Amino acid sequence: MASQADSKDRQFLAVIGDEDSVTGLLLAGIGHVTAPPDNQKNFLVVDSKTDNATIEATFEKFTAERKDIGIVLINQHVADRIRHRVDTYTAAFPAVLEIPSKDHPYDPEKDSVLRRVRRLFGE
Amino acid sequence: MSGAADREAVFPTRQSLGLMKAKLKGAETGHSLLKRKSEALTKRFRDITRRIDEAKRKMGRVMQIASLSLAEVTYAVGGNIGYQIQESAKSARFRIRAKQENVSGVLLPAFESYLTEGNNDFAMTGLGKGGQQVQRCRETYARAVEALVELASLQTAFVILDEVIKVVNRRVNAIEHVIIPRTENTIKYINSELDELDREEFYRLKKVANKKQRDNAALDAEMKVKREAAAARDQENQAPAEAIEESGDILTAEEDEDVIF
Repeated sequence: MASQADSKDRQFLAVIGDEDSVTGLLLAGIGHVTAPPDNQKNFLVVDSKTDNATIEATFEKFTAERKDIGIVLINQHVADRIRHRVDTYTAAFPAVLEIPSKDHPYDPEKDSVLRRVRRLFGE
Repeated sequence: MSGAADREAVFPTRQSLGLMKAKLKGAETGHSLLKRKSEALTKRFRDITRRIDEAKRKMGRVMQIASLSLAEVTYAVGGNIGYQIQESAKSARFRIRAKQENVSGVLLPAFESYLTEGNNDFAMTGLGKGGQQVQRCRETYARAVEALVELASLQTAFVILDEVIKVVNRRVNAIEHVIIPRTENTIKYINSELDELDREEFYRLKKVANKKQRDNAALDAEMKVKREAAAARDQENQAPAEAIEESGDILTAEEDEDVIF
């Protein structure tokens, strides 16, 4: 499995979420900006004005292009906007994690992994 | 192969029978080993799914507490600090490291979080007021992220295990339903062919023995006729008693010869 070989240098977390979630997680110290030439941030603030294409492109960038990200955190309501992309994402690395946000209560039924868990237990 | 049961293309010889028997034995050993592996993995898998379920619920609670403390910060600082924080984030303090754990030959990654020393992007945040709240908020969020990291490693393990279990089960089924029946069929085929050869050989030997017996009988009869003729001639020449004795001797000798055949 090639995906396990490159797991060593994945050392950052990435966030796609609303302002509060991103702010909080940045306060915890996960924010990282790569060296000056490209200045890639590992977080994206989504508000009502952000269009789905941007979210999708960022999700794509975090999951496929960047090799230094181990976990992608995404707000559940944001994940809902690109649900088809999140649901079809099955790779082990980076792990995609849906997190609750302040204004949107967490709904376990929508979570792509939890749904798989439930299906396996035949519920 | 001639529409018969599914079997391998081999010549029905004793050597290939031995090979097939060894193969069947190997397949059975492999089957039981794989089955055990699959069981071990499934046990682990169930354990992980249960823990994921728990961790997801815990995450909901932890994130709630964290957002509450962020609201406290916003209140204390008296304004939105989002921009300031997004601009001052430069280098990650909170990083993760992937470890690997071996479960019956499957490498499961586990993330481990660690803090790098010496870089603090938010030294100036909350300097004016609300510094304490900012500090507390950072701690709360750090704990939340730790829970998230744990959940992420469970989830990764879940995805990998899911895949591996599918592969192992496919192998177990292939051995159970394809390889073992096919090898057994081949062994049956070789045995039946060998039996057939044996019967043929036996029949042939019987035929040969029959033929030999018949030839011998004919030869014996011929010899007897010749001897009797010779004895008759002798009797005419010599004394009758002597001749009878001699011919009796010859007869016993002949019988001896018969026994040899």
